Order: sequence, then structure tokens, then C-alpha cells
Amino acid sequence: MPIQLKRLLPLFIIFIGLFLIVRHFLVPDTFGQYGHYRGDALIDNASRNLVHASKEDCHECHSDIQEKLENDMHASLSCLVCHGPGLMHVADPLAENIEKMSGRTFCGRCHQLNAARSTDMIYQIDIATHHTEKDNCIECHNPHEVWEGLE
Amino acid sequence: MLSKVDGFIYPNEIELQWGILVVLYPYLTGLVAGAFILASLERVFKIKVLGPTYHLALITALAFLICAPLPLVAHLGKPGRFYEIMITPNGSSAMAIFGFVYLWYLMVVLLLEIWFDYRCDFVIWSREEKGVKRIIYKILTLGVSDISPKALKWDERLGYIITVIGIPSAFLLHGYVGFIFGSIKANPWWSTVLMPVIFLFSAMVSGIALVMVLYMIISYIRKVKIDMPCLDTIGKYLFYMLILDFSLESLDQVHRIYEAEESFDILKILVNGKLYITLFGMQITVGMLLPLIGLGAIQVFKIKAKIRKTIYLITGLMVLTGIFFMRWNVVIGGQLFSKSFHGFTNFKLGLIGSEGLFMTLLWILLPFCVLAFLLWLMPPWKKTLSD
Amino acid sequence: MAGAVTLSSMLDTFNVLLYAADPPEGEGPWWGVGIDISKCIGCGLCARACKVENQVPQEPFYYRTWVEQYTILKDGTTKVESPNGGIDGFDQSVEEKDIFKTFFVPKMCNHCAKSPCTQVCPVGATFESPDGVALVDDKYCIGCSYCVQACPYGCRYIHPEKKTADKCTLCYHRIKRGLDPACMEICPTGSRIYGDLNDKDSDLVRYLKENVTRILKPHLNTGAKLFYNALSQEVS
Repeated sequence: MPIQLKRLLPLFIIFIGLFLIVRHFLVPDTFGQYGHYRGDALIDNASRNLVHASKEDCHECHSDIQEKLENDMHASLSCLVCHGPGLMHVADPLAENIEKMSGRTFCGRCHQLNAARSTDMIYQIDIATHHTEKDNCIECHNPHEVWEGLE
Repeated sequence: MLSKVDGFIYPNEIELQWGILVVLYPYLTGLVAGAFILASLERVFKIKVLGPTYHLALITALAFLICAPLPLVAHLGKPGRFYEIMITPNGSSAMAIFGFVYLWYLMVVLLLEIWFDYRCDFVIWSREEKGVKRIIYKILTLGVSDISPKALKWDERLGYIITVIGIPSAFLLHGYVGFIFGSIKANPWWSTVLMPVIFLFSAMVSGIALVMVLYMIISYIRKVKIDMPCLDTIGKYLFYMLILDFSLESLDQVHRIYEAEESFDILKILVNGKLYITLFGMQITVGMLLPLIGLGAIQVFKIKAKIRKTIYLITGLMVLTGIFFMRWNVVIGGQLFSKSFHGFTNFKLGLIGSEGLFMTLLWILLPFCVLAFLLWLMPPWKKTLSD
Repeated sequence: MAGAVTLSSMLDTFNVLLYAADPPEGEGPWWGVGIDISKCIGCGLCARACKVENQVPQEPFYYRTWVEQYTILKDGTTKVESPNGGIDGFDQSVEEKDIFKTFFVPKMCNHCAKSPCTQVCPVGATFESPDGVALVDDKYCIGCSYCVQACPYGCRYIHPEKKTADKCTLCYHRIKRGLDPACMEICPTGSRIYGDLNDKDSDLVRYLKENVTRILKPHLNTGAKLFYNALSQEVS
């Protein structure tokens, strides 16, 4: 074997050996557990903090409202639509810490007249001109029983 | 930013992900591949007239290869994690090849070929020089100080084998970059079978042009006469490569225009609008048509050496500019239109910051500084054996 | 461990040409999503709830989910808009008399079974989980943006502070606790649903059976698991 190769081959083998050793320490432990990724990443993604509660959380205490809503137009809505993420309230139910959103702009998000909204799906009105003498929709429309007390 | 959106884009598309640094990386590795191919023309295909530029081409390739990954690492969101590409490369990702192809090409191809080529000189210079230089040369010999004719014959033979291996390695080094773009089915400006081939041929064009320009500039600085047969041959190869490159890129566009599939309407607006100057002006006219006319004239007419030299210098610089804009049109152009095919975003090149113009100029300047250092360390014209 | 990783990355290479995630054989869920266009009223509560739930930056160009409005005018042109991703709802921007047809299209990650985005990640920082959700490992991501380029639907972005890739996770942290993803919890009309494609009694499988569904960009063969109902041909 020529003298050049006698010098080069050991050098390359040492280099590759060093690389493999360093690699062994750098690759994360759970890598390759389920596929070409870090197995712990599944746990990382699954254990992020919740921000929104869920309507089942609300039903635990507010079953009376749940019953009213079940037979109402707003039955398909989650409580969170108007009451916000609500986790703070679930953690501390006795405090006054739940949102109660209402008003023309808010209700208009769904109910404002828009050609792209199917009238089969949702009642729509022109928010700007509908009963301008009233400030807030909920003055006449109880969100949990929308048609009660009208007509 | 929002005001610069034209039409409708998917909301996440407003910012370009790959900016000028990602334009620069294919440009630099392209120069490496091209310079190496020019060197291999002399070594493997025995085109002896290119002898004066052989060592220059190799050292240029090395200088640019050392600097090429730097803009790439700089553009990462988390540059500190760049080593992950070496330890857990994803077998299905073209980009993952980068770590190994780069290391292979640097260590096995370039460094080894230069070592075999210069080993004898390192031994001699380590005996002649004094001080720090002496130590450097001694280290570079790797302790192999045998310069008998038998050992030198082995240098020659092993260097030849490395060069032969180096040619497909150079194709892989730059071809995979083209594949990175060409394999993205989500982007119709990039997704074409021809992309790796176009990248490769434009790389060879730019590499040849670079060595040609450098040879002329360095000869001027050193106040030595330029070897005209050598320069004329380089010019000839540049001309042939330009024709090939132009044909391939034209084929790609003609095919796209003819098939006119779903994305064609938005791409037509892109090419005639935001990319008009960089594509028709810089890439095609400055980068291809004018050089083709200049170099073609030399092939057809008898032109005096002095004028030929001027033509070579100007066309070399034009080609280098044109190929840069070809990378620009691919990378930036592919991100300017929305994948919804309903609109465009825009790209503004800032001056400062890690993706700004000043930084880019620095990255372009750096390889030339490294080249100057390498030419000081391993001057081709001071080699003891003329080959 | 190193040997196993090397071997698995070598075997991965044979998966290169057809990069498909395998649905579990009868064990474990295989999540999919359904969006019913006929039910979407463009209230935009889904987009807003997602940003709140997942702490997505508030600037108007980072979205894990968003709502588009398509307006096909009587002169044949199509106008698409998504003001702030639809987070603040939609106002009617074109007069009734010029409108031929108009509708809303919510968009989110399609959690593709043959996802082009996880195929191209150079380091293995984004992947399809064993239950079919495309996720990002933000502790490993190097921020190269290759996955952002590879997604045909524009679902990914680079988080401006974390500098890693980010995208809809199907609220993995919620579905693993038996809750609905935030966008589906909040949707007032039940336009968005998700379910186990392996469970023949699930809402999603029933939805697939009862409706005429299609996915976006089927010609790209991404194996998208987001099935739209009543999606008109103008949508890209």
C-alpha cells in the first residue's frame, strides 16, 4: 500500500469514529421511538396548557341553562361562544370572572345580513337598522331563549 | 406589509421564508461545482491547454466551498441546532443530504485532491520556509515526507482517481440543491424534472466564468502574460455550456407555456410583472444573450487578442451576474405568488440585518478573501514541478 | 440506540419515494377532519379561538386556521378575501346585485396521510403522529422553512419568537384529554367536526358516508384527511 494511504486511512477512520461517538451523545434519547422523530415530542405536544374550557364543564353546574338551551335556537352553540374561554371560572367558580359578550357588533358576527350566509342556516337582519332605539340585542332577546317574551 | 399584497394570498404566505441568503447558497456551491468541472477537464479529459488554470480552479473551488455553508446556517431560525442535520438526517428529505455530501466533497474530493497535488510542494516548502509558515507546511504534509519518484507517481495516480470520483460528486453537490426545489410539488414554479439539470448547467457556466475572470485578474495583478490558448479554450467551453444552459432553460419555459396547466395564468403575470427585469433583463439578456453574442463572435470572426480579452472579461462578469439572478428568480420568484394562484406578496431586500444587502455583500466577499489567503499559502506559480 | 437510529434512517430511505404514514391496524384512532361548507356562516370565531387557545401571535399573518370568503361575480371573475384571517368576522364587500355566488371556506391543516411537509424535514422535527396528526417538535426544529415551502395549502409558518415551524396541531393537547379542538368547540353551527376514521360509528365516518366530500388539491396526492362537504370547484 502506498505510504499516502497508510497515513490517510487511519486518519479517516479516527475521524469517522469520533463523529459516531459524538453523535451517540447528541442524538436525543427517545429519537426513533415511533418514527424518524423524537418520541417525547408527542408528550410535549399533548401536555400543552388548556386555555378554553368545554361546554361539558359548564353543564356540570349550569344544568338549568343547559335545559333551556337544548330546546332553543341557540342549541348548537357552545357556552364558550358568548362566555369566552372560561377556564378561570371553572377553576374558581364562585368569583365573578366569566365574560358575557353581547352587543350589536358581537351578535352581528353571526346574524348580520350577508349574501354568503345561507338563510336556511341562520336568521339574519341588518344590524344597523334593526330597532335602533335599543342599545343591546339582549334587551329583547334572551340568548338562552331567543324568542321568549317576544311577539 | 399587508398593503403590498396584490390579490389574495394564503395568510401565512405574506412573509417570504427564503430570502437572499438562500439565493446565495446555490450560487456559491454552483461556482464550486463549475470550477471543479473545469479543473477536471484538464486532469481527466487531458485537455492540456487548460493547464495554467488547473490549480487556480481547484483552489477557487475550495475557497468557495469553505464559505458556502455560512449563509445557509445564518438563515436558519435556530442556527445553533444546525448539527442535527448531521446526526439525524431524514432519509426522505433532499436537504438532509447536505451534511454528508458537503463533508464528502470537502474532505474526500477537494482536500484530498489538493493534498495529492501539493504534497510534494508542502514537503519542499516546509524545508525552505522559516517560522510559522514552516510549521504550517509541515502539518500539511501530514507527516508523509517521501518525495521519491515512486511516491510522486502514487500522488499522481491517487489524485487522478479522486478527480474521477469528484466529477459525479460535484454533480451531486449541486444537483441535490436543484432537487430540493424541483421536488416540491406544492410550488409549480419550482416543480419540474429539469430543475436539477438546469441548476447543474448554470452552475458549470458560472464556475467556468469565475475561473476565467479570476485568471485574467490574477495575471494582471501578478503582471504576467495571459496564456491566450488557455483563455481561448475556456472561452470556447463557456460558449458551449451557455448554449446548453440556454437550451435547457428555454425548454423548461416552452414546455410550461405549451402545457399551460393550472398554475400558468398566475405564473404568466409573475413573469411579466414582478420578475420582468430580473428575468428578461438580467438573467436572459445580460446573463445569456449578450454573452452568447460576444463569445459567438469570437468563434466566428478573427478578433485581435486584446479585444478578445476585453470580451472575455465583460462576458465573464455578465454571466456571473446573470446566473446570480437566475438563482434569484427561482428562489424569490417561487415565493412571490400565492399557492392559491389568486395573488402575490412582495419582497423587499433590506440593507441591514442578517438578511440584508450589506451582509450579503460580506458573504460574497468572504470567499475571495479566503481565496487570497489560500493563494498566498499554496501559490500555483511557485510549484516546484511544472505539470 | 445509535445503531437502531442508523438502521431506521436507512430503512426510511426506502420509504423515500412513497412517503406514507401508516394508519394503525385496528388499534388506536386515526384522526380526520370534516368541514361542511353549507353550514359555515363566516363568523370567524374559530380563527379567533385558535389564536387564543394556542397562543399564536396576533399579527395578521400567522394563522393555524383561517376563513376565506369566495365571491363569484356575475362577470365571471372570482374574488377571494380573508381580512385578518376572518378573526373579526366578515362584512359584505360586494353589492348583492353583482354577486353570482358567494360562500365561506374555513381552512386549516389537512393532516395529510402522505404529507409533503413531513417528507421534507431534514432533521425529523415534524412528523405524523401514530394517530394521524401532523405535529412539530419545536425543541428540535432548526427553522429551515423547508416544510413551510412544501405545504401546498399554506398551513405553516415560522413562529416569529420561537423561530421554529408552527402549525395547526388539531389541538393535540385537547383531543388527548377527550376535549374538542378549540375551533370545533366554538363553531356555532357545527360546521367543523373531527373524528376517528377507523371507527365506523364515529361522527366523521357517518359524515363521509352521508355527504359528497372532497379534499383540496387531490392531484397532488397528499392523502389529505380534511374532507369538505359542498366545496365548490372555484376553491383552490
